[in-house]
Amino acid sequence: MTNAVEVQGLRKTYGAVEAVRGVDFDVRAGETFGFLGPNGAGKSTTIKILCTLARATAGSATVAGFDVERQRDEVRRQIGLVFQDTTLDSYLTAELNLRFHAELYGMPRELVQPRLRQVLEMVGLWERRGSKVLTFSGGMKRRLEIARGLMHSPRVLFLDEPTVGLDPQTRASIWEYIHQLRRQEEITIFLTTHYMDEAEHCDRIAIMDEGRLVALDTPAALKASVGTDRVTIRTSDDEAALQRLPGAVQTSEGIVINVEDGEAYVPELFGSLGVPITNVSISKPSLDDVFLSYTGRTIRDSEQTPGMPAFFAAMVRR
Amino acid sequence: MSTAVVAVAVPRRTIALDLRAIKIVVQRDLIRTYQDRTRFLSTLVQPVLFLFVLGAGLSSLTKGATGSVDLRTFMYPGVLATSTLFTAMFSSISIVWDREFGFLREMLVAPIRRSSIILGKALGGAIVASGQGVIVLLLGLLVDVPLGPALVLTLLGEIFLLSFTLTAFGLAIVARITQVQAVMGIMQMLLLPLSFLSGALYPLSGLPTWLGVLVRLNPLTYAVHPVRTAVFAHLTVSDEVRARLNPPLTWFGWAVPTGVQLLLVAALGALLLGIAVRQFQKVE
Repeated sequence: MTNAVEVQGLRKTYGAVEAVRGVDFDVRAGETFGFLGPNGAGKSTTIKILCTLARATAGSATVAGFDVERQRDEVRRQIGLVFQDTTLDSYLTAELNLRFHAELYGMPRELVQPRLRQVLEMVGLWERRGSKVLTFSGGMKRRLEIARGLMHSPRVLFLDEPTVGLDPQTRASIWEYIHQLRRQEEITIFLTTHYMDEAEHCDRIAIMDEGRLVALDTPAALKASVGTDRVTIRTSDDEAALQRLPGAVQTSEGIVINVEDGEAYVPELFGSLGVPITNVSISKPSLDDVFLSYTGRTIRDSEQTPGMPAFFAAMVRR
Repeated sequence: MSTAVVAVAVPRRTIALDLRAIKIVVQRDLIRTYQDRTRFLSTLVQPVLFLFVLGAGLSSLTKGATGSVDLRTFMYPGVLATSTLFTAMFSSISIVWDREFGFLREMLVAPIRRSSIILGKALGGAIVASGQGVIVLLLGLLVDVPLGPALVLTLLGEIFLLSFTLTAFGLAIVARITQVQAVMGIMQMLLLPLSFLSGALYPLSGLPTWLGVLVRLNPLTYAVHPVRTAVFAHLTVSDEVRARLNPPLTWFGWAVPTGVQLLLVAALGALLLGIAVRQFQKVE
């Protein structure tokens, strides 16, 4: 099977601003691929190019095997989109929004009703199909957008910040739908997020910063690349334990040992230490650590001046 | 969720699918208009004011000048055309609303031609403006216009043509604009000059030369004149009054036939629609 997305040397400039400065990556068919980075890193611009909404200044990209520049229509038939900002008609009912979509995509008429029901049931909005969208909460609107993006059975679903602005509970439920979706349909999911914890849901993540791709791998491999697990133990005889553990250090929290694989190490330690262990904890490097190590700052730091980057991004988008 | 997945294969683009897309774009505009009936009805305030307040008020001044014809009867074709102008131009704003509120993106990423979206919008706007035109048309009964089937059909056809051209004009202007507020300003700037210079509210006879030139340059003139000519064809008035109130529209002395005028409006509509599509097709 070909890759769902292939990107080579992609570049996009708006006037003097370089939004995307040459990125290369592939997304495998069937995977959930996360695009991680602060606001203004170039994630949305890249997605716009992949969705045929913007033209690349240089480089090339294919989606579902079709060139985004020369085979726009084919690309559009294969993709579903959920944008950051709502693109629903809030004066129409949920059902009419989906029917409008079905007509635009020329869906076979006999499939419209069953598919409509299926996607609405999946996001738990079947009962509310007759309500106007303006009566929906933010989370419901996002769910409806996801349902609509799925109406025509796209091979690649693009989710641009699918959970931004939602409360933690709703965010969790959106992720449940996404996981369910992966089990149910043959689909590649390409999403952007700037929530580190959400990137954990992805098979692979690409970290983007200032228009460049700075890292690309599985969450586990990325975390492994920045450091080791930290195992902290308390024992009934710390001095004896320290003597038997070369490289371990005594801290106020206990004895700290840096190891490759904390989960495998701990059982082994219990068997071999010979000193009773009273307490143990393992801490893994987080994606925050990964981001820090690749970009030199935390994702929160890079968004330190809220409003300004968004403002410039909005200017640039015009 | 044990039901089998309903898998859809989006078909390749065909003319039938483009028509289906156009139809749904039109349908949505009609649904939205139906839901917003108050706004639709509020656009009737202006023609009613023109016809019954301004018309009645000015009648005392113009009594001798319009001969046997009531001023309101004279104004009727112009009011019909002007109100169509306003509704059609304003209905083109719906595409800017769609852009500002994000819905346009839903249409832009669909596997359809951009021209289908514009054509749908133009038809939707034209239908809405014509619908309003029908109501204004019926007001004619109150100002002594002999609305027989022949006249009604002629007027309906002319109004639809005018609506379509004007919506296309509106779309050509707004296709690249992203904010409704900006459009409102532009529309205000265009609407009054267009209607004042069209001969909608005064006859084309005895105009100062400069005004005569401007009126002939204004495309709306070629839509107002056929409407007035159609109404006057059904009035029984003396030749002298007819010559003063509904003189032929001339180019350097040549009386331009109604058919040519309507063709001109239609050609202009097609041209403007083409411009709107081109404007709209530009990709970032």
